[in-house]
Amino acid sequence: MNEQDTICAVSTPPGEGGIGIIRISGKDAIGIAAIVFRPGRKKKLEAAPTHSLHYGRIVDPSSGEAVDETLVTIMRAPATYTREDVVEINCHGGMVPLARTMALLLAAGARQAAPGEFTKRAFLNGRIDLAQAEAVMDIISAKTDLAHRSANEQLLGGLSREIASLRDKMISLLAAVEAGIDFPEEDIVTGTGKPLGAEISEVITVIDKLSSSYVFGRILRSGLGTAIVGRPNVGKSSLLNALLKQDRAIVTELPGTTRDVLEEYVNVMGVPLRIIDTAGIRLSHDLAEQEGVRRSLATIDSADIVLVVLDGALSLAPEDRRVLGEVKGKKAIAVINKSDLPRKLEKIDWPDVQISLSCRAGTGLDDLRNAISEFVQKGAVGPQEHPWAVNQRHKLALEKSLASLEKARAASEEGLSPEFLALDLRDALDNLGMIIGATYTDDILERIFNDFCIGK
Amino acid sequence: MTMQKKYDVIVIGAGHAGCEAALAAARMGCDTLMLTMNLDSIALMSCNPAIGGLAKGHLVKEIDALGGEMAKIIDRTGIQFRILNRSKGPAVRGTRAQADKQRYRLAMKESIEKQPRLDVKQGLVEKILVEGNKIVGVEINIGATHLAPSVIVTTGTFLKGLIHIGLVHYPSGRAGEFPSVGLSDNLRELGFELGRLKTGTPARLNGRTIDFTKMKNQPGDDPAPFFSYSEKTHPLPQLPCYLTYTNASTHEIIRNNLGSSPLYAGIIKGIGPRYCPSIEDKVMRFSERERHQVFLEPEGLDTEEYYANGMSTSLPYDVQTMMYRTIPGLEAVEIMRPAYAIEYDFAFPTQIQHSLETKKISGLYFAGQINGTSGYEEAAAQGLLAGVNAALKIQKREPLILSRSEAYIGVLIDDLVTRGTNEPYRMFTSRAEYRLLLREDNADLRLRHHGRNIGLVSEDDYQEFVKKKARIDHEVLRLHAVWVKPTAEANNLLAERGSTALVAEASLEQLLKRPEMTYADISRISSPPAPLDPAAAGQVEIRIKYEGYIQRQLRQVERFASLEEKSLPDDMDYDAITGLGSEVKQKLNQVRPISLGQASRISGVTPAAISLLMVALEKRKRGRA
Ligand SMILES: Cc1cc2nc3c(=O)[nH]c(=O)nc-3n(C[C@H](O)[C@H](O)[C@H](O)COP(=O)(O)OP(=O)(O)OC[C@H]3O[C@@H](n4cnc5c(N)ncnc54)[C@H](O)[C@@H]3O)c2cc1C
Ligand SMILES: Nc1nc2c(ncn2[C@@H]2O[C@H](COP(=O)(O)OP(=O)(O)OP(=O)(O)O)[C@@H](O)[C@H]2O)c(=O)[nH]1
Ligand SMILES: [Mg+2]
Repeated sequence: MNEQDTICAVSTPPGEGGIGIIRISGKDAIGIAAIVFRPGRKKKLEAAPTHSLHYGRIVDPSSGEAVDETLVTIMRAPATYTREDVVEINCHGGMVPLARTMALLLAAGARQAAPGEFTKRAFLNGRIDLAQAEAVMDIISAKTDLAHRSANEQLLGGLSREIASLRDKMISLLAAVEAGIDFPEEDIVTGTGKPLGAEISEVITVIDKLSSSYVFGRILRSGLGTAIVGRPNVGKSSLLNALLKQDRAIVTELPGTTRDVLEEYVNVMGVPLRIIDTAGIRLSHDLAEQEGVRRSLATIDSADIVLVVLDGALSLAPEDRRVLGEVKGKKAIAVINKSDLPRKLEKIDWPDVQISLSCRAGTGLDDLRNAISEFVQKGAVGPQEHPWAVNQRHKLALEKSLASLEKARAASEEGLSPEFLALDLRDALDNLGMIIGATYTDDILERIFNDFCIGK
Repeated sequence: MTMQKKYDVIVIGAGHAGCEAALAAARMGCDTLMLTMNLDSIALMSCNPAIGGLAKGHLVKEIDALGGEMAKIIDRTGIQFRILNRSKGPAVRGTRAQADKQRYRLAMKESIEKQPRLDVKQGLVEKILVEGNKIVGVEINIGATHLAPSVIVTTGTFLKGLIHIGLVHYPSGRAGEFPSVGLSDNLRELGFELGRLKTGTPARLNGRTIDFTKMKNQPGDDPAPFFSYSEKTHPLPQLPCYLTYTNASTHEIIRNNLGSSPLYAGIIKGIGPRYCPSIEDKVMRFSERERHQVFLEPEGLDTEEYYANGMSTSLPYDVQTMMYRTIPGLEAVEIMRPAYAIEYDFAFPTQIQHSLETKKISGLYFAGQINGTSGYEEAAAQGLLAGVNAALKIQKREPLILSRSEAYIGVLIDDLVTRGTNEPYRMFTSRAEYRLLLREDNADLRLRHHGRNIGLVSEDDYQEFVKKKARIDHEVLRLHAVWVKPTAEANNLLAERGSTALVAEASLEQLLKRPEMTYADISRISSPPAPLDPAAAGQVEIRIKYEGYIQRQLRQVERFASLEEKSLPDDMDYDAITGLGSEVKQKLNQVRPISLGQASRISGVTPAAISLLMVALEKRKRGRA
């Protein structure tokens, strides 16, 4: 919780209207912003006067790739919220550019702000008066509770278990190194007999896998798997076309038109979706169609989100019930199509979101987009304020940990004395600590005495 | 009867903590009284006849840099000196010595007896006299009272000491000595919370009955290294140690007799050190091990006693004999003193402050094993600081508190007062997060100025240090400034070392950074105006070769400095801080950290809790203004 750090965070909930503001505060705020910002005109951000607005692009400095168009506000200390230099970056492109911009800022040397940290600084620097101190403390403790829960609970699910076992492995490695340092006279074999570099490589592989399996990362790369399912002729292909804003899938009034799975990519409010149109689900004797149904069911299984399409102009058919049954336990949205026609569909027993829309008239599609975006935020990572930011924090922690491990491996390959390697291993553990809680020396000593027969 | 002479400082106990405490206080001008149960066991080594080792050697050098006594005495009475981890980097090399146990004790006794302002008297302290929350003196068993405004308790393993040998047990403070019972009860009455720990020691064997030809000979280093900056010779002849091993028969005897081990029979309740397990523990916990090391260490020049390192046990005497005799070289061995385990009371160290003064009673200090530590060096380090701080208090000066980034002593004390301990605490290099900065070789550079400020380092010694420091600084600058042309002469030397030849100019510094180059090589290429002594040359080499890592640690120190500098006032009301969990409040109330940095090291105190403390501090400040 260092006060010298420059901190940054998204200060509006992402997704709302596609605009997100990233706020940076601290002595290097302007310098860090300048690393990722290319001004529209040849004006340097560092030279900008206070309270000035700048148009330009956010660019990945390592590749030169443009990430987003943006307006940047420069506010110099002391007339700012935190009384430090503050930069605000307005991102327009939705969640993905926002997240990428955050990642670039973190890589450029900013630190993700802790809950309430801007307000805390505002208070510590005398910007907020004493009467509000209690409120500041409430913010810190309330949000911490949430963060605390998210760190411990199912939100992380399997990830947290994996990280725990990763830490365990790293503690073992460090314990072996430390035992070799502190107990040179002991007749102990440290490690598993494998060279330390190989052991470190194994951990590196695990971290690599973990950080790439992380939900948002996967969404960024391959899109959120979104299956459109329903009985034949309800308008699944029409929905795909409507979301794509082009006629990609064949639409006919004949049930059973779509026989195979069709995949398309679309960006919904900054969330890349990999939409999968499926064959209508019904009992059929047509072999090709049966195969299509089998694949549709398999698609439901592997999807991140399922859109269950129902025909609003017809009453609920047994096949609809079957589909609704198949998606139990999945993150699903019920889409009641053909709202341009009089509604015949009865009220359905559906716990999650229902959206009524018309693919033909193009109405209600925004509601669906909003619902999907919200679903990503809630469904994918739990009830966090900026859920993806939590994930991003994990990812960053994993990456930092990985970088330290790589240094440790290099040190071991260069044959450096073990205390140098220990420093890197310790850093790697500390970085993991941002996800899973600190590792104390006592934990390492405990491991040494458990694993090695120490004691002259 | 109240004795007429009033003292400034009374030290209870003449172990390793007590000796440093008494010497420091007296040397800082305090009229000091040292009371101990037996004048013949001043500075007696209860266990190993050895001083130093990894992290412990660091402590000894720090004690010396501050003006303590331990390093000097061991240099004068050591019979073997070695540097451990010689093949590793400088930060984790540790000096270790075998001591002539009796000569060590006598040399320390002599220093104490000759020390002006220090009286040493035999007497068992039964009671600490307190008025209000201030110390006034002590009462001893022969019906006398001594008065002083500060008292340092360094009673080691003696508080309610209970010795176990097999299923036999009896009260004793150390083999052959009385326990201290009254004082333990008295401390409880005064409101201190005491716990119970356990430790053990192996048998002493008669060298006349040992066949050393069956063992591996372990000589010391030649030349023998020094602990002290001021000692120039090792006067005693040097002796080897011997290495042998246990085997399957040893282990079988242990397994067959576990029923008569008080540890396994559940009679011993105190918690023992995991890093110093008994042989029965080692055999049971690591059953896959076919053998364990046994080092035989000479106890001195004039004795046949050998210390059987690695074989500490609480098994019965007859089993011990059988067990030892299974070991190669010990087939006919005679035990002179049996191995034993000892349980004793200690005071939970969260009850003391960084100055080692108790929180409860002003002027009362605890140092050494009473604080839950184990080891002579840990005890001496605390004793020194307690003596210094008691004297500083009498002089109405601020206490000396060493930080974690400047000394192992700082790490030791901060760990104790912040995190407490449930098992005997021993120093390890892994406990120091700034390990690369806290090296044996730079203890003087880190601490000499403190030693001089408190008045324990003489002006002469200090001036010598200042000159050494200047020579190092100048030489580092010179290596940076002097550039070498790619001459045949330079390249020949590089080739000799297997280093790539120069094509362009390079600075001496750049050359020294090459792993294969040493300072000696560099000074052959271009020598300083006056040659450096080995210690200074070593510093130059370390500073340049490890610059990257050293800088990295310095940055870590700096990052943390702002938290360390934010002090938490004594009367901070943690219960009134909204948002802090009850467990965190309880911990803060118990430890009463002096700074946000210390608070952040208390287990369970999260970064968010630190944020809340920061806000609360600011609130308080503004509320006052
Ligand atoms: C059996 C045994 C095994 C040990 N094993 C190890 C080990 O394996 N490794 C290790 O690092 N350390 C070990 N130690 C610990 C090491 O000996 C101590 O840590 C160190 O000596 C503690 O120093 P001290 O100054 O605190 O106390 P001590 O050296 O114990 O000195 C205590 C002094 O206080 C005096 N005293 C006590 N009560 C009173 C009183 N009421 N009035 C007056 N004088 C009093 C005693 O006479 C004595 O002089 C062992 C100790 C024992 C006894
Ligand atoms: N009135 C109205 N008709 C629609 C709407 N959406 C789709 N349709 C019609 O419904 C019929 C079926 O549409 P598709 O998109 O092919 O349906 P599907 O679910 O993909 O059908 P299969 O691939 O055969 O399973 C077509 O005639 C569409 O024109 C809508 O919103 N309103
Ligand atoms: Mg279709």
